Amino acid sequence: MAGPTTTSLAVKSAQAAGPRTIRNPWWVRVAFMTIAFAFVAFFLVLPLAAVFGEALRKGVGAFFLAFADPDALSAIKLTLTTAAIAVPANLVFGVAASWCIAKFDFRGKSILTTLIDLPFAVSPVISGLIYVLVFGAQGWYGQYLNAEAPWFPALQAWLIAQDFKIIFAVPGIVLATIFVTFPFVARELIPLMQAQGSDEEYAALTLGANGWQTFWYVTLPNIKWGLFYGVILCNARAMGEFGAVSVVSGHIRGETNTMPLHVEILYNEYNFVAAFAVSSLLALLALVTLVLKSFIEWQHTRSRSLKASES
Amino acid sequence: MKLSSLFLIAAALATAGVAAAKNIQLLNVSYDPTRELYTDFNRAFAAHWEAKTGDVVTVKQSHGGSGKQARSVIDGLPADVVTLALAGDVDALHANGRLIPADWQQRLPHNSAPYTSTIVFLVRAGNPRGIKDWDDLAKPGVSVITPNPKTSGGAQWNYLAAWEFARRKLGGDEAAKVFVRTLYKNVPVLDSGARGSTTTFVQRGIGDVFISWENEAFLALKEFGPDKFEIVVPSLSILAEPTVTVVDKVVKKKGTAEVARAYLEYLYSEEGQDIAGRHFYRPAVSAKAKAKYAAQFPQVELFTIGEAFGGWAQAKKTHFADGGTFDQIYAP
Repeated sequence: MAGPTTTSLAVKSAQAAGPRTIRNPWWVRVAFMTIAFAFVAFFLVLPLAAVFGEALRKGVGAFFLAFADPDALSAIKLTLTTAAIAVPANLVFGVAASWCIAKFDFRGKSILTTLIDLPFAVSPVISGLIYVLVFGAQGWYGQYLNAEAPWFPALQAWLIAQDFKIIFAVPGIVLATIFVTFPFVARELIPLMQAQGSDEEYAALTLGANGWQTFWYVTLPNIKWGLFYGVILCNARAMGEFGAVSVVSGHIRGETNTMPLHVEILYNEYNFVAAFAVSSLLALLALVTLVLKSFIEWQHTRSRSLKASES
Repeated sequence: MKLSSLFLIAAALATAGVAAAKNIQLLNVSYDPTRELYTDFNRAFAAHWEAKTGDVVTVKQSHGGSGKQARSVIDGLPADVVTLALAGDVDALHANGRLIPADWQQRLPHNSAPYTSTIVFLVRAGNPRGIKDWDDLAKPGVSVITPNPKTSGGAQWNYLAAWEFARRKLGGDEAAKVFVRTLYKNVPVLDSGARGSTTTFVQRGIGDVFISWENEAFLALKEFGPDKFEIVVPSLSILAEPTVTVVDKVVKKKGTAEVARAYLEYLYSEEGQDIAGRHFYRPAVSAKAKAKYAAQFPQVELFTIGEAFGGWAQAKKTHFADGGTFDQIYAP
């Protein structure tokens, strides 16, 4: 319902703005376009081209050799694993958080909204450091493992027997990544759900749908494009995160190095071709993300205009 | 408490059982410039150990600023051995968390320093600034690259070498402090580790002179060619003794004590010493390796940390602890 209204409004305002835009002197348009294109070329296209240029400088053979290195493979695997855990976790959290923020009123709602933004506000290094402080051998977790008379002795014994490590191991990397990518899905959904309001859900409930049906058949289809978009952004950041992961990784080669950390190591070891080859893989992932994003935006506008023409 | 210690023993036994199998994994937590050295050495040791015992050893590496690496081990990075830039950083493993005994340095020959190094200057080809000795670094307009002594072991050697030079030349600690203050005014950026500083100087082209580990300077020459950089040897430098030790608390838990000790002892073997020399570290014990690589190392008057600063514990307290001389002279 909200969809058609906004579309027709947008169409109207676009029509109103149309003639005015055309009346702008040509040189203004040319100047703005030149500035925009020059900026994009200089800051985005050029470095991207340089990455691929450097990666292929010694030929395709050397490029692919970079991926034959077991350390590189392990870094790629770790990055994909981390994203595979962090993204679904934040998907579930993001939907849950935006659902309760957008559809319900409760005490502390604004505090929750602010807290969700926290990872955007703090430096990634701090995000890493808090996990070292909490889970390090000198932190709470370490103290718990060394405690003489701990709470839940069975848990302590089990953790020791399993030799369960959090930081300088995969769990720490996943935790730090979840923390850093935590706002993406929720931030994308909250304004969308707030704009949509709860009318459709109320209608569904009065027609006899239960909570789960309401979510699955009414809410989810409405937010699906925003959700995709949030997940894509979240995934891009999860794969590319450097700072927080660097603090908790311990930099063990072939074990706790993610792709961005591996790139740094290769670069510092004068292995430029390999460094740029791995960077180009990261860049390719980013490009795929962008293409997916554009596709989703296009699908979104199309489904909207279809809806509009139906009604 | 009884129950949990029983569990501890069971856990130790279980992990020891795993370690006794054919595949052993060690983690060597090292400082920044040793990447290439240990990549080679790990291969050599794996071959040696397999020939001797039939077990396959994989040694994983982790590198970073020496102080930062020590901090990570204290925070729980499970290093079987540490091979750090200076005894002071290894001492921290005893002081915080009691990971090793106090007398760790007596457990291996040559004060647990299988190879030594020193501090030299790397300048751009042709030495356009005419850098010859430490006092040229404090001249106005000269841009000096050195890492942060708070996190990097190499940087502490650099700092102390400059200090001792000034103390001898100008007479007294007060004059040395003024000299070092002037020198650090010429430092545009403090990286956290030696390799970061090398990158700053070599690849980003920042600075006129880079106070560097000897091995790091040679490596830069090897990678980029002598037509780009030159090594300048000062009149006086410090005998840097990077030290190694087994981390007792970790190997006890993992059951890797024997192989970890053998790994470090192998650094003192003919092959280990030869590999060190090949990577521009000065072999400390083998006469053969010393003779073989003597020609590649410049002659320079070296002083030790013991004679000039009364050992690492003292030097750390005076210069690098919170409120030490570095904090007093360095204002970013």
